[in-house]
Amino acid sequence: MIHLDTKAPIIENLFGISWLSVDLGNVLMIALSSTIVFVICVLASRNLQMKPTGAQNVMEWAVDFVKGLITDTMDWKTGKTFLPLGLTLISFILVSNLLGMVTVVVIGDTSWWKSPTADAGITLTLATMVVLLSHYYGIKIRGAKEYGKDYFRPIPVMLPFKIIEEFTNTLTLGLRLFGNMYAGGILTALILGMAVSKPTGFLLSIVPMVAWSGFSLFVAGIQAFIFTLLTMLYISNKVQADEA
Amino acid sequence: MHVFAGVLTLGAAPGGLKVVDMVVMLIFFLLLLVLLRKFAWGPLMGVMEEREKYVANEIEVAEKNRKEAEIASAEANKQLNQTREEAQKIIEEARETAVEQEKNIVAVARQEATRLKDAAQADIENEKEKALQALQDKVGSLSVLIASKVIEKEISAQDQEELINEFIKEVGEEQ
Repeated sequence: MIHLDTKAPIIENLFGISWLSVDLGNVLMIALSSTIVFVICVLASRNLQMKPTGAQNVMEWAVDFVKGLITDTMDWKTGKTFLPLGLTLISFILVSNLLGMVTVVVIGDTSWWKSPTADAGITLTLATMVVLLSHYYGIKIRGAKEYGKDYFRPIPVMLPFKIIEEFTNTLTLGLRLFGNMYAGGILTALILGMAVSKPTGFLLSIVPMVAWSGFSLFVAGIQAFIFTLLTMLYISNKVQADEA
Repeated sequence: MHVFAGVLTLGAAPGGLKVVDMVVMLIFFLLLLVLLRKFAWGPLMGVMEEREKYVANEIEVAEKNRKEAEIASAEANKQLNQTREEAQKIIEEARETAVEQEKNIVAVARQEATRLKDAAQADIENEKEKALQALQDKVGSLSVLIASKVIEKEISAQDQEELINEFIKEVGEEQ
């Protein structure tokens, strides 16, 4: 019987340090995603012309799209700084999400190929980085005094909630992406499991597999979009004075 | 259940944060951000901004050109109208001059004709007078000759004169 007993290439307690562990599969996939994004973006941004053609059109569309996300949440003068961040986030997350759907590579009984974004640690890292960046730019753009005052607005009682909010924001931002990708992976694996378990299972699994693959594509795009949009929202909360 | 338990590790391991992964992720992302900003987003934004400026500039220039063309066209129209008016004026003047000249010519011609006619009349009168005088003289001497031959008697010059005049008068009454 074919079995799907796979495990991640995890090395626990690296160098004998108890809290230091690494999933080599994740490291590989992060490197791969980054490389793909870098190569595609750099190739598409060569030979830039005033009259855009082909790849340049696509890239400019992406830039305009992220520009739209930013201008939805803050004014363009301050938001301009965050355009590269937004573009890098959306492209990296999209490619990472899509990579997990393309295929599953299992060598021996170790799974090497998966979405890096289907790992909570990685999405939380991104989320934490984004929230920390929002604090940094909040202080940089509005000054420490205004930044600090924001914790007591509209009334000082809000202080504990404001502090908690920062952590919940980070958690929800990271876990939303992780949850979606992880669930997608699980469902794909379940359908695959059905396909290989019985001879009739293969036929039965074709329709759900196709449907789920299509839906996963959609989810991959939506989640990249949401992550970037929320990033811009959190940053704008910090860098812009409340209009109210 | 065996399969289900197995696939849970397929996507990702939910439990336990792997610190190295997180550090790697952070480093890779920041690296990607810096590199892409330098090689992709920066140039792209530059080109897009440049194009925006270019388009704005082109629109401005086009607007300016349009205004200039409008002004030039108005100017040309004005000049055309002016020229037309001038031409009209010249024609009008020429016509007036022509009419005046015509009148002048006719007047001069009429004067000349009158003068010629008068001169001719005077000439005729003069000639007639002369002819009459000559005839008188001739007739006088002739009749004297005839009379002296016929009567063969001498008469005084005074008588002769009277005789001739009487004779001429008779001739004039008969005619």
